[in-house]
Amino acid sequence: MNARYMLSLIAVIVLFLIAWAGTAIGLQVVFGIIIPYLALLTFFVGFVYKIVDWSRSAVPFRIPTTGGQQKSLPWIKHSQLDCPATKWQVVVRMALEILTFRSLFRNTRMRLKEGPRISYQLEIFLWVGALAFHYAFLTVLVRHLRFFTEPVPFLVALVENVDSFFKIEFLYPNFYFGLPGVFLSGVVLLVAVTYLFARRLFIRQVRYISLAADFFPLFLIFGIALTGILMRYVLKVDVTAVKELTMGLVTFQPAIPAGVGTVFYAHLFFVSVLLAYFPFSKLMHLGGVFLSPTRNLTTDTRARRHVNPWNYPVPVHTYQEYEDEFREKMIEAGLPVDKMPEPVPAEEPAEEEKPAEE
Amino acid sequence: MAEEIPKPEQLIQIDHRPPNMDWMETPLNIRKGMYCYAANPKSVEYLGLPNARPWNPVEDDWALPENWQDIIHQGFKERLERFRSFKVFMDICVRCGACADKCHYFIGTGDPKNMPVVRAELLRSVYRNDFTRVGKILGKLNGARPMGLDVLKEWWYYLFQCSECRRCSVFCPYGIDTAEITIMGRELLNLIGLNIDWIATPVANCYRTGNHLGIQPHAFKDMLDFFVDDIEEITGVRMQPQFNKKGADILFITPSGDVFADPGTYTCAGYMVLFHYLQEKYGLDITWSTYASEGGNFGFFTSHETMKRLNSKMYAEAKRLGVKWILGGECGHMWRVINQYMDTMNGPADFLEEPVNPITGTKFENAKSTKMVHITEFTADLIKHGKLDLDPSRNDHLKVTFHDSCNPARGMGLFDEPRYVIKNVCNHFYDMPANTIREQTFCCGSGSGLNAGEDMELRLTGGLPRANAVNYVHEKHGVNMLSTICAIDRAALPALMEYWVPDVDVCGVHELVANALNLEGQNDRTTDLRGEDIPGLASDSEEETDEG
Repeated sequence: MNARYMLSLIAVIVLFLIAWAGTAIGLQVVFGIIIPYLALLTFFVGFVYKIVDWSRSAVPFRIPTTGGQQKSLPWIKHSQLDCPATKWQVVVRMALEILTFRSLFRNTRMRLKEGPRISYQLEIFLWVGALAFHYAFLTVLVRHLRFFTEPVPFLVALVENVDSFFKIEFLYPNFYFGLPGVFLSGVVLLVAVTYLFARRLFIRQVRYISLAADFFPLFLIFGIALTGILMRYVLKVDVTAVKELTMGLVTFQPAIPAGVGTVFYAHLFFVSVLLAYFPFSKLMHLGGVFLSPTRNLTTDTRARRHVNPWNYPVPVHTYQEYEDEFREKMIEAGLPVDKMPEPVPAEEPAEEEKPAEE
Repeated sequence: MAEEIPKPEQLIQIDHRPPNMDWMETPLNIRKGMYCYAANPKSVEYLGLPNARPWNPVEDDWALPENWQDIIHQGFKERLERFRSFKVFMDICVRCGACADKCHYFIGTGDPKNMPVVRAELLRSVYRNDFTRVGKILGKLNGARPMGLDVLKEWWYYLFQCSECRRCSVFCPYGIDTAEITIMGRELLNLIGLNIDWIATPVANCYRTGNHLGIQPHAFKDMLDFFVDDIEEITGVRMQPQFNKKGADILFITPSGDVFADPGTYTCAGYMVLFHYLQEKYGLDITWSTYASEGGNFGFFTSHETMKRLNSKMYAEAKRLGVKWILGGECGHMWRVINQYMDTMNGPADFLEEPVNPITGTKFENAKSTKMVHITEFTADLIKHGKLDLDPSRNDHLKVTFHDSCNPARGMGLFDEPRYVIKNVCNHFYDMPANTIREQTFCCGSGSGLNAGEDMELRLTGGLPRANAVNYVHEKHGVNMLSTICAIDRAALPALMEYWVPDVDVCGVHELVANALNLEGQNDRTTDLRGEDIPGLASDSEEETDEG
């Protein structure tokens, strides 16, 4: 039994129970208004704090990982994407990194075979899973803007239309599913989260490195997706009432309408917990990826000087000190020296150890 | 040491499945053959670095200063403020595991703590405990743990099982660079005197004599003079290397390893042949320096400050001699330091000129601020402009492959220049498989100061992925020469080849250049720079040479 994921799972179940119990005893105002506001505030303040905190740390050296041919002689083809020499090339590198997870796309899987022969094959699943997860999440997020805008912007409606492009319907007399139209993103999100969880559980190397902090957000997001899907397709929550609540939050005229079920509060509570948890967790890779010095700096380090804000003088062993120690041997070997010894070679002063003062 | 090394059949029995437990619960076992000896206190003292003392990694008591935990904590804090890389990398890892099987030490040993993510978690666990609130509250559940002697020992053991090669950072979706984390970790360890001797003593040597090997000026000249005799015997032409010459055009700096031991010495002889040719034919005036007689920088493996202290000699000597610009030899980490650190640390080098190749007129735009040019950039430019009289058939007995050294690869992007040079001086060149070269190249297993004798098992296991790829082209194309542009490679790869792929030899690129270069007044050149007969050219046989 693995305490790290069990405890994470239990934590998410407890969160559900808290929301459920809270609404049962009539704390709708707490779960529908106060906690969401606090969570959002925590998210924004925490996120900004973290970014500012990172930004306050210096970037003393330009240390990009060069993943391709440097810009050198004019007839040698420069890899602009993987070894960006200009700011614009860096922008493209970063864009591809952030939008397509390009580094992850390179992923290989090592195998040790008879021979011995070690092979490195393309391993695409993590990239596919990660991409599916993030884009499904983004789509879900954009779709949800419907609840926070009036009138609903065209873009949001468009995303909804595309998202429900594939009609998934099971319409039998006693069982019907697919009305309202199924959003692909919700399904993909659930599948992708399940995959990301499964690899943490079943790939031994990944299991070895996984912490509770890796399982918890997965369970939480699973919970969010599950409660959302439940509301839409099974419990058919009163969407008008929900929108009344969410619009109230947005317009700072919060109110608790009647007819919003417990599952909605659980959903909202999960989302609140995720928001509040975000800035203190690994989820901050969302912001951190922009600040990664191995990716967001130009590689023209020999052409353009980078300044270290805390560069300080250090003790060095000067040429004079060096010559003083070896002068006679140098002269004997016919090496040029800066200072010829005094005509009467008095005893050499003991080797000076003083570091050059700064 | 040789008798203790397991046979290849034993060493290849690698289990890559981690034990079924939390990584923090996996006990530490400091194993002979996998670690380097502790720093000689005299070397640490010479540099004025703190807490010099004798200690032994396998003993329980490491004779630590009383307040060592405090020193580590303060040092950690200071580095989080000074290095955004460190701070961001402490926070944003999602432990996706993409880096896990990218590390040559993990591939070669199967030790789960050699997965780059775990190596970083060694520090992150302490970071979470010391510097994050959530970490402190949730503790071990959240991957946090307080610093303690066991943790410290684990740091030491595994931070000296990382060669700072950056291969993992190529695959990381956030560009997390374990090299950066190892660099910080080693800096912290150095604060309490926990360096290894294979780094500390070369650093002390370099500070005093100008090079890692401690070669004093007269001896340095002697060694090059010795090569002069050898080269004359082989080519019939006598070189005249210049030393510490004021007013020369170019200052040449290369790792001292190439002056000291085979097969690096042949690379060194190769430089001398090239420089002689350029001087005779074009009047180019290149000088060596005995003061700046080290290209490499083991200070880089100690701390940023130590790196700066050693590196300062390059500009200082260029300034003193009044040269126009600096030419750098074939070395790995030397070039990461020059490319990404030197100008920032010890620049601006406004007393030098923007480098121009006086023979071709090519302006090295990419080096216009740092004013230091890589010798393969320089030679590639000469070849491109037809300035070298080359006879590649003198390398026809060699089937050559090229090992991209980690730092020129992932800290510089120097891929096509050396390949261009090799292809112009050799007729038989075969690259290794794509996943093992260029930005995905594998370390020799001995980088970042780990090329000692006592950690031979670590070096052989860490070098396995490289050796295995060499073996692939050896079997497929009959490759018998592994060329490289790194002095540590030239020192380390022969042992690796001998162990895993015994029929393959190791050389530097400029050894191949010199083999092919025709000199004014040369003899019939029937031997290569190693003094070995070139098949097909041997004195009285008139066999046809392989038509490339």
